[in-house]
Amino acid sequence: METMIAVQDLTKYYGLTPAISRLAFEVQQGEIVGFLGPNGAGKTTTLKILAGFLPPTSGRARINGHDCVTESLAVRRSLGYLPETAPLYTELTVSQFLRFAARAKGVEAARQQAEMDRVAGACGLLEVRRTLISSLSKGFRQRVGLAQALLNSPPLLILDEPTIGLDPAQIVDIRQLIKDLSGDHTVVLSSHILPEVSQLCQRVIIINKGQIVASDTPENLSRQLGRGARLKLQVRGPAPEIIAALKGLSGVKDAVSQGEERYLVESGNDQDLRPDAARLVVARGWDLLELQAQEFTLEEVFLNLVTEEEA
Amino acid sequence: MSGVLAVLRKELTVYYATPLFYLMGFFFLLVEGFLFFFIYFSYFQTASFQIAQNPQMASLLDPFQVVFRSFFEDLGFILLLLTPLITMRLLAEEKRAGTAELLFTYPLPDWAVILGKFLAALLVFATLLVFTLCYPLIFAFLTRMDWGQVAAGYMGVLLLGAACLALGLFASSLTANQIIAAMSAFALLLLFWLIGAQQDVGSAWTGALASLSLREHLPNLAKGVIDTKDLLFYLCFAFFFLFLTKRQLESRRWRA
Repeated sequence: METMIAVQDLTKYYGLTPAISRLAFEVQQGEIVGFLGPNGAGKTTTLKILAGFLPPTSGRARINGHDCVTESLAVRRSLGYLPETAPLYTELTVSQFLRFAARAKGVEAARQQAEMDRVAGACGLLEVRRTLISSLSKGFRQRVGLAQALLNSPPLLILDEPTIGLDPAQIVDIRQLIKDLSGDHTVVLSSHILPEVSQLCQRVIIINKGQIVASDTPENLSRQLGRGARLKLQVRGPAPEIIAALKGLSGVKDAVSQGEERYLVESGNDQDLRPDAARLVVARGWDLLELQAQEFTLEEVFLNLVTEEEA
Repeated sequence: MSGVLAVLRKELTVYYATPLFYLMGFFFLLVEGFLFFFIYFSYFQTASFQIAQNPQMASLLDPFQVVFRSFFEDLGFILLLLTPLITMRLLAEEKRAGTAELLFTYPLPDWAVILGKFLAALLVFATLLVFTLCYPLIFAFLTRMDWGQVAAGYMGVLLLGAACLALGLFASSLTANQIIAAMSAFALLLLFWLIGAQQDVGSAWTGALASLSLREHLPNLAKGVIDTKDLLFYLCFAFFFLFLTKRQLESRRWRA
């Protein structure tokens, strides 16, 4: 696999405030990578630099071997970019706009119509082709923005919050579309919707305050950074005794009652508590109604990382 | 080159799809029509009556010199008001609406964007100008017209227009606010219109400043004299401001 994006020491100051400082990461060809972070973490700034729209203060970013600043034109030829708010020429109709985008991206005249039909179909825009963009809803505008990024099948897609403003059905469609693109396309997207990132992306880069705090697959992040496993139990019996007994198990960090005979057990290490807990409950003569191992969700990992930073 | 065409066609579509173009056309043709029929034409009529009394002077009544010379010269001043309205949108609106982020991440070189936008503005201006062709056509029915002189006059106005539009495009690249773009273009144009207007006899500066003036180069063309000095001035003026626009666009890449 070849390296699609190589970023080294990337720093960007707005005035005296650093938006990102010394970012370094790589994205391989065909990967779907998600940027995750709270507002103002530097996601959009990073994507803008990659798209060649903003110059970095220092450091360098290379796409497909071309420098984003000095070889901007070559970078932009291999790029489809959806900016954060999906800005569009609202005076034009959808097909007029797509026609312009196709021409600007250098799609040959003979292929333009087919290419426009392809992206309009993929983004569900066929019925609004003759509508003025100014009268489209936010969801449709977002899809038009996505459609223009897909024109000419660029090897790299940079999507800043691609599913924002879409309704749930559309979100499913667009996610499927992005998934289908992986393989021949490299996709870098940013999002603050965690389930989206964990579903879509093969790798997640979490940024906070302009720095990368974690970069791994969603599963690994949940596992490693959650530090330990959790167990959900439903047991019929005297609550105080059950809690005391669960706490007594080796490797258990904490056990709490969640009401209605439900208990949550946290272990301090990666050890699987299920066999021990089951044996314990049965030995004491209580009824074991439910036993489930629970992984930390990406949401919790994320919050952990972001709040740790502040502490 | 295809990039220039892409931008040009998009800009033309936007111009013809928005009311601004039609409003501009309405006011421009209203003012031109008023000037033509109530000032130049009635002056021509009065002059014709006088000559009817005094037939020896008939050879002196040249419709071009009487009517079209002032028509073209006054048109020059109207351009100062008209051209900032044509160009104010071009780059300022891209910045305000955020579409600059799309435009400048498409694989278009900066010069293609600038040239496409400039040519679109020039075509829009030329479209408005085409409607004024009806005046020489009307005159052609009344008297003999020297079409060569008319062509020289239109060339002068078109070149002056190109110079003004280039300056307007530059003003539009400086701000994200269309009104500020229009006002600063108008202020700069007025400066270049009035510069050297003071006729101090014997001062070397007056001549130098006057030759920088946009106004100074129109009268020759308006009376039908094509002087390369005037053509070159307008072309260089336009080129200079297109060049500044390019520098201004480039500055976003190093002004980190």
